[in-house]
Amino acid sequence: MAIEVRVPTALRQHTDGEQKVVGQGSTLAELLDDLESRHAGLRGALVRDDGQLHRFINVYANDEDVRFLGGLQTPLDDGDTVSILPAVAGG
Amino acid sequence: MTLADITGQLELDRATYDAIVAHARSDFPYEVCGLLAGENGELRAHYPIPNAARSMTYYNMDPKALLQAMNDMDDRGWDLLAIYHSHTHTEAYPSPTDIELAFYPEAVYLIVSLQDPDQPALRGFDIAYGEVTERVVTVDGVQAPTGPR
Repeated sequence: MAIEVRVPTALRQHTDGEQKVVGQGSTLAELLDDLESRHAGLRGALVRDDGQLHRFINVYANDEDVRFLGGLQTPLDDGDTVSILPAVAGG
Repeated sequence: MTLADITGQLELDRATYDAIVAHARSDFPYEVCGLLAGENGELRAHYPIPNAARSMTYYNMDPKALLQAMNDMDDRGWDLLAIYHSHTHTEAYPSPTDIELAFYPEAVYLIVSLQDPDQPALRGFDIAYGEVTERVVTVDGVQAPTGPR
C-alpha cells in the first residue's frame, strides 16, 4: 500500500524539506503512525494530545476534507493522495 | 495608524488591486479573503476564496477552495505570493488573531480596510513566528493608500 502525502512548507521541517512523502495504512490514523516512524514530529503537528485533528490544520483524502469523511478513521486505499494544508484564517 | 518596521516591497498591478478592493466591497460588512500566486516574486494570478466563517470579525478560507487554489498553483509551478483579507471596521493592520493564525511565513499578508468605505486602505505584512514587519505595497509603482495617519 502506497499513499502519497503532500506536505506544506510549514511542515517540511519534519520531512527533511520534502514536498511529497509516501506512507501506508488502511486509515488516516494508520498512515500517520507509519509516517511518524520516518518523519518524527509530523503526526504531532496534525493531531492533538486528545487524539483529535488540530482545528487549524486541513487534511484531505483525494481532495475531500477528512472532517466530512471520518476524521482519523477515514479509510485509505493504495494510490490515494493525502494533502495537508494549514488553515488560512484570522480576524 | 499602527506602524511596523518596513522590510520590503510588494508590487501589484492596478487590475489586481481593483479586484481585491471590489471583492472586499462585494460582501461588506463581512470579511472576504483570497490568495495571490506568483512566479519569482511576480504576480501571476488572483484567487478569491469563500470565507467559510462569513463573519464581520473573522475569516477562515473554505478548505476545499483553498486546496483547489493551492493545487492549481502547484500544477503551474507558481508559489503562494500573498494572502489577503478585509477588515470592515478596523485599520489595515494584523489583529492578534491574524498574528496567532499566520501559518504561512512564506506569504505576504495583505489587509484591505474598509473602515472608511469611501477610502479603502491596503497594507502588506510579513508575519513570521509572532513578528510583524511591513512591506510597502505599490500599485503600478505608486504606494497604495494605507489609511488615516
